Amino acid sequence: MNNICVYCELEEGKISDVSFELLSKGRSLATQLKCQLEALLIGHNLEGFEKEIFPYGVDVLYTADDARLSPYSTLPHTELTVNLFKETKPQIALMGATSIGRDLGPRVSSALGSGLTADCTELEIGDHEEKKEKKVYKDLLLQIRPAFGGNIIATIINPDCRPQMATVREGVMKKNIFNPNHKGKVVKLDVKKYVPEECFIVKILERHIEKQKSNIKNAPVIVAGGFGVGSAENFKLLHNLAAMLGGEVGASRAAVDAGYVEHDRQIGQTGITVRPKLYIACGISGQIQHLAGMQESSLIISINSDPNAPINKIANYVIAGKVETVIPKMIRYYKENTK
Amino acid sequence: MKNYKIIVLAKQVPDTRNVGKDAMKADGTVNRAALPAIFNPEDLHALEQALCIKDKFPGSTITILTMGPIRAAEILREGFYRGADDGILLTDRAFAGSDTLATSYALACTIKKIKDYDMIICGRQAIDGDTAQVGPQVAEKLGIPQVTYCEEILKVTDKNIQIKRRLERGVEVVECPLPLLITVNSSAPACRPRNAKRLMKYKHSNTLSKRQENDNDYVEGGLDSYLTIKEWSVNDIVCDAKQLGLAGSPTKVKKVDNIVFQSKESKRIEDMDEDISGLMKELIASHIVG
Ligand SMILES: Cc1cc2nc3c(=O)[nH]c(=O)nc-3n(C[C@H](O)[C@H](O)[C@H](O)COP(=O)(O)OP(=O)(O)OC[C@H]3O[C@@H](n4cnc5c(N)ncnc54)[C@H](O)[C@@H]3O)c2cc1C
Ligand SMILES: Nc1ncnc2c1ncn2[C@@H]1O[C@H](COP(=O)(O)O)[C@@H](O)[C@H]1O
Repeated sequence: MNNICVYCELEEGKISDVSFELLSKGRSLATQLKCQLEALLIGHNLEGFEKEIFPYGVDVLYTADDARLSPYSTLPHTELTVNLFKETKPQIALMGATSIGRDLGPRVSSALGSGLTADCTELEIGDHEEKKEKKVYKDLLLQIRPAFGGNIIATIINPDCRPQMATVREGVMKKNIFNPNHKGKVVKLDVKKYVPEECFIVKILERHIEKQKSNIKNAPVIVAGGFGVGSAENFKLLHNLAAMLGGEVGASRAAVDAGYVEHDRQIGQTGITVRPKLYIACGISGQIQHLAGMQESSLIISINSDPNAPINKIANYVIAGKVETVIPKMIRYYKENTK
Repeated sequence: MKNYKIIVLAKQVPDTRNVGKDAMKADGTVNRAALPAIFNPEDLHALEQALCIKDKFPGSTITILTMGPIRAAEILREGFYRGADDGILLTDRAFAGSDTLATSYALACTIKKIKDYDMIICGRQAIDGDTAQVGPQVAEKLGIPQVTYCEEILKVTDKNIQIKRRLERGVEVVECPLPLLITVNSSAPACRPRNAKRLMKYKHSNTLSKRQENDNDYVEGGLDSYLTIKEWSVNDIVCDAKQLGLAGSPTKVKKVDNIVFQSKESKRIEDMDEDISGLMKELIASHIVG
């Protein structure tokens, strides 16, 4: 009882990365709280997924297997989650801040009367003192997230209601295998008992899921361009450098809005969160909403014609110059030195 | 042909997209007074979806419901200019400090009082919190289905509705029975502009108390006319006071911090051949690339 439960999301028959990331975070929180880590997997043909899930340190995997539960649909997934949580009473429940998690999370929290914090960037355990009533709450989930368009960081708590619910975007937490030989138990839920027939009233008539075009999230090197790159034509230089270094091209929102590059490459608060070994920021000024998605990169190089661009404050190397002249030189000297 | 009764949920929000230096106080909190208050952008997309239904089924009615301070009557007026028929401002000190759950409880109680509706349309999320929670929570409290991330309403019949949804990595078309709640994405069409005739007609509309304050507003029609925006308080709805406002909010803000990025010790490099050559050598030698 009072464990941590992670809702695992299926996308085209695969468990989403964000779910593994949440299991990794959930494991470390569970260890700290000395409780068990549980996972909930809802869909069809779920046999075998436990082999992927247990190594993340999951002690109990609940599965609900029924053809009508795949693909995701709000009402049956809500009903299942709510009814399971009423029985198992988790103290913490985590979901991805994805199309699915942000549809499901609020509905579940409303049904259970519990608080939900969207889009957390950090989750920690801590105490809280209610000064007025002199009451101390032990071991709460501290839900940390940017607020007000990213201009401030707020720490949110749910002192009295359970579960403490939070959603987290893909890429924000690190994916970590806990123990490849970890064994948990599988509990198969009787779907009929949890989901009444009248929940299946919304019909999915068509569905097209696009293959991800870029693989920015897992790229070891990212060459990101901003408004200062100046044109879609100049972005070709970035593509060349990225290809040579075995990386991917990313972008700031201003570059995406200007039409220099596709939307799915946007990095930052409203884009992807990345932590590559090397991040080369080309013509990016470094507004907080952009930094929020890349500040944890191991090494940051900034190429900017303005020596005082804010990004330079967090860069390890600052190259004062123009993208159009610096990148060709980088390409040339990389080739010369690797021959 | 059926006419539809549509409720649009809209919120007045500080314009967080244009936060300047003076908008942040020294202690790291937000100086709301320094930010202009606007119609939440995605709620305008929601209004447009409602107006499109009214274009096709002209007897349909659109009621905008907003919860907020008296000042939020501004967005109801804005809605009238663009074609909404009616507006309700839900305002009371009892609602102060509401989180998304307490907000959706108050909105759901108000909608129960309005009672007669075929669909509720709201924005996906409000830019002051970016939570996207109020829509689904209102739907749950009313016990009706929800269709989130709507990009286009494809077809409406007496019994159900077909909606194209925009997901992170794709699209989905779903069919859902009425009544339901829809949340609309910014990828849906933008709202039509104000209509000049409606602007003239409604520019003096306000809540009863405000209209009494400025008696030069009495011009046409008297107090009970279309110019009076409905202003409801906690006494106008049936609700459990314990679930409202700060006390009814399970989430609490423990603290708020300013963002400070640790500056690193950065190495400055000139745009010279030997400098860049040196950098590339370093990267290769440390196995960061290559
Ligand atoms: C709610 C909200 C969410 C947001 N989410 C995101 C997000 O997820 N991601 C994101 O990136 N932004 C986001 N933004 C926008 C963000 O605030 C900035 O507007 C954006 O990041 C700026 O992009 P930029 O640095 O490319 O452009 P600019 O700020 O215009 O900077 C261009 C830079 O290029 C330099 N430059 C110009 N010419 C050259 C040249 N020839 N060579 C080298 N350098 C040159 C300039 O000195 C300048 O530093 C968000 C904003 C809001 C309000
Ligand atoms: N106070 C409010 N009054 C009316 N509608 C609201 C209010 N708060 C939120 N909404 C609606 O719920 C949507 C999601 O809001 P949020 O959960 O705050 O991101 C908004 O786009 C509005 O349509």
